[in-house]
Amino acid sequence: MGIEGVDLIRAATFIGAGIAMGLGAIGPGVGQGMVGAKACEAIGRNPEEAALLTRTMLVGQAVSESTGIYSLVVAMLLLFVV
Amino acid sequence: MDIDTRTLTQVASYIGGGMAIGFGAIGAALGEGYAAANADEAISEKPEKYSDIIRNMLVGQAVAESAAIFALVVAILLLFISPADPTILTAAAMVAAGAAMGLGALGSGLGSGFPAGKACMAIVKTEDPQVLGRMTTIMLIGQAVCQTPAILAMVVSLMLLFMKFGDPTMVKAAAIIAAGFCMGLGGIGSGIGSGFPAGESCMAMTRQPKISGNITTIMLIGAAVSQTPAILAMVIALMLMFINFGDPEPVKAMALLGAGLCMGFGAIGSGAGSGHPGGAACRGLGIQPEAQGYLTTNMLVGAAVCQTPAIFAMVVALMLMFVNFGDVPFNPYWAAFLGAGLCTGLAAIGSGWGGGMAAGACCEGIARQPRTVGIVTTTMLVGQAVAQTPCIFGLLVSFILLFKVHPEAVVLAPSMALLGAGLCMGFGGIGPGLGNGIAATNAIKWVARNEKNAGLLMRMMLVAQAVSQSTAIYSMVIALVLLFVVI
Repeated sequence: MGIEGVDLIRAATFIGAGIAMGLGAIGPGVGQGMVGAKACEAIGRNPEEAALLTRTMLVGQAVSESTGIYSLVVAMLLLFVV
Repeated sequence: MDIDTRTLTQVASYIGGGMAIGFGAIGAALGEGYAAANADEAISEKPEKYSDIIRNMLVGQAVAESAAIFALVVAILLLFISPADPTILTAAAMVAAGAAMGLGALGSGLGSGFPAGKACMAIVKTEDPQVLGRMTTIMLIGQAVCQTPAILAMVVSLMLLFMKFGDPTMVKAAAIIAAGFCMGLGGIGSGIGSGFPAGESCMAMTRQPKISGNITTIMLIGAAVSQTPAILAMVIALMLMFINFGDPEPVKAMALLGAGLCMGFGAIGSGAGSGHPGGAACRGLGIQPEAQGYLTTNMLVGAAVCQTPAIFAMVVALMLMFVNFGDVPFNPYWAAFLGAGLCTGLAAIGSGWGGGMAAGACCEGIARQPRTVGIVTTTMLVGQAVAQTPCIFGLLVSFILLFKVHPEAVVLAPSMALLGAGLCMGFGGIGPGLGNGIAATNAIKWVARNEKNAGLLMRMMLVAQAVSQSTAIYSMVIALVLLFVVI
């Protein structure tokens, strides 16, 4: 199996995309879960404010999502553009 | 560069020796540190009990140390062993023995520290010397169960060091290395997980000394269920070591390596996770002894669901070991097999641990409010089911990697695409699995306190879990793109 330069680069983009999205998914996953946990606790303490609390949770989770989106963008760039 | 096998074996033994004590020292040190930290806190609360607390701390730390001592013994053996007729299998066995002992001792050391620390804190709560004696006994019993993965790992290590393995082939060498990592990684989770019931039972003992027998029983059951993934890992490791895999094609070596890593990683989450319901059940017994029946049932149900990712991992490992894939080209199938193993194995970590946390919250909720057992159990099952989803994505990608026809490639890129897909879904499943578990934990806790709003809480939990799932879905998209679009 002879490895050419071009091929090696292409191979690297695939592994890079996999690692980027794979590792990048860990943080938002755990972080959004923690936000959800605290939101459930808050609703348990104060059910009347459910709407406000849900909205806050979603805003918080969206911010946490941002790095996950960055990873997705980088992965897509690696796969289709570079 | 021509390396003769004697040199290779020496290199392998030094690497193995380093791994053995390197990994093995981590767990024991952390566990003993936890014990000492709790001892300090206990002494600050009740300085007059100094001698009792210090004595308990030292005894507990000594048991936690034993895992590190096993690792030291194996490391010294590796440094000075001089096998008579070294083959490539001997070299593989050195690395495997080091990995097995080192990683296997990691979890046990960590896990044994937890009961030691909790026991020190519990001393503050009681004046009765008889209760103190019984509590120390329970701490020692719990710590002993915690040492099981380290002992299993040492048995496998010694087998690897001293047994002859037959014809030296690349496939057998890969199988041996796979076996070592399988046993080692597989022991981590169970070691940590068995610590939780042991620790909580020490606390429960001081609150409810009259039911010490029941507490011990529940602790042993909880810790035993926690050992299941380590035992599955040992079974796979022994199979890898002793089964003759027939006509060895080079690509089979990668399949066996993938199988070992799959079961090894897959056991981590379930092992640690199933400790949570055991611990919560023991703590619950201390608060609400009458709820023992419900607590035991829910602990077992929750821990059983928690084992699912480890079982998925075992299924994939067995498929990699025994399914006849026919005459497939080495390139890119080596990456397909390795990727398939890593995918399910890694993704199982998050789902296993997350599902376990939810089960723990269920037992805690029941202890608080036994009459809410129905709705709390339902919430737990729903929450755990969603938490299993990342692992199911991982299983799906693994199946595609195993059974899709990959055309033979002469370049490196298609292999890296397959390996990348496996790593992507594998790592990508960890975070969402954990996050789903964390969200479910709090939802369940608050359903127990606030059952009127159970519907609202469950809705919230599902919304939160759905958002948390998003990065797992991105990972699966990228993995599918890597599998189907780019090559």
